[in-house]
Amino acid sequence: MYAQLVKSEGSKTRDEMTPEEIAFQERIDRGERIEPKEWMPEGYRKTLIRQMGQHAHSEIVGQLPEGNWITRAPTLERKAILLAKVQDEAGHGLYLYSAAETLGISRDELLEQLHSGKMKYSSIFNYPTLTWADIGAVGWLVDGAAIMNQVPLQRTSYGPYARAMVRICKEESFHQRQGYDIMMKMAAGTPEQKAMAQDALNRFWYPSLMMFGPSDKDSVHSAQSMAWKIKINTNDELRQKFVDQTVPQAEYLGLTIPDPNLKWNEEKGGHDFSEPDWSEFFAVIAGNGPCNEERLGARVKAWDDGAWFRDGLMAHAEKAASRRHAAE
Amino acid sequence: MSKNEWPLWEIFIRGQHGLNHRHVGSLHAPDAEMAIRNARDVYTRRNEGVSIWVVPSNAITASSPSEKGPLFEPANSKVYRHPTFFDIPDVVGHM
Ligand SMILES: [Fe+2]
Ligand SMILES: [Fe+2]
Repeated sequence: MYAQLVKSEGSKTRDEMTPEEIAFQERIDRGERIEPKEWMPEGYRKTLIRQMGQHAHSEIVGQLPEGNWITRAPTLERKAILLAKVQDEAGHGLYLYSAAETLGISRDELLEQLHSGKMKYSSIFNYPTLTWADIGAVGWLVDGAAIMNQVPLQRTSYGPYARAMVRICKEESFHQRQGYDIMMKMAAGTPEQKAMAQDALNRFWYPSLMMFGPSDKDSVHSAQSMAWKIKINTNDELRQKFVDQTVPQAEYLGLTIPDPNLKWNEEKGGHDFSEPDWSEFFAVIAGNGPCNEERLGARVKAWDDGAWFRDGLMAHAEKAASRRHAAE
Repeated sequence: MSKNEWPLWEIFIRGQHGLNHRHVGSLHAPDAEMAIRNARDVYTRRNEGVSIWVVPSNAITASSPSEKGPLFEPANSKVYRHPTFFDIPDVVGHM
């Protein structure tokens, strides 16, 4: 998802837990929320920083593929809508960064770890947006997949994270609907426009399935994260839900999902479908996707180029404060 | 990397319907004026508010989680503070 392959720290059996750790787990089992200054196992804190940081970075880096089309949107209205959508993503990143900071890591440290490559962002944002139809596909599929993951996270055990997710979820359905609206227009347009919509679906389908991460049904990391309620569903559960939700939407558009094995399975009450190419996924995560360098390069450049401006505003604020102080 | 991180501010917003300002989250800004401008963009993109308060995070004193018991438990035994504690006959009308 926006947080893929998050390693959790400290999977322990009940017998290995300290009394404090047992009491903590019992609070979570009762559905209580954990708040910033309360006692928590070090592993819980570290795993959450990793997950929330990766989530925040994904929101921020995720602005880049869409920002690419703001100046080239086909109408002024589409441009205003896309601008508002991308601005929302900036907001999502900021909600999540400040929620992560309540765990005792600074904003600058988080950004530094993104820029150095120590922390990751979602693999999906390392793919290019080549045509206007890609903006439709991103809203429909990428935001659609994000919603799948974010809705259950509104019930996550860490208070500031859950509250950030509530705000984010309120804003996401606009994102998916504006994307689907673009796809409806394109799919009902000229044969060339419909072909563009099909091409966008072809390129974004498997990367969207990868967003959920590889199967984690046997992963100890996932089991620990689920016990802590910082992960609510397995990757396979969410991927299945996403496929089942998307198939009729593609049918309505008259587009074909690029998977010859896709078919309804009456017995399981869901679709059978092909797995994405996981070697491609691991290559993209490792930094070898089509746009990794460009994306991270753009982030680092924006941060470095803005340094004089941030420092200038801070110097001005300090000067004004000391002048006020002297006048008192 | 600049070590000069902008300070953190807590943001409180009053919604449309005359309720109290409510804590909505936090953000970094160099000063109070910029904190208000940024809060407008970060927390009121959909008409969520008509008034914004910003408070430096380090100016907030919070009760500590370990005090939860001594602070809040005494109220548990004082159920007579709730109107439903008293049985008032229906015939006397709404009270
Ligand atoms: Fe988002
Ligand atoms: Fe979104």
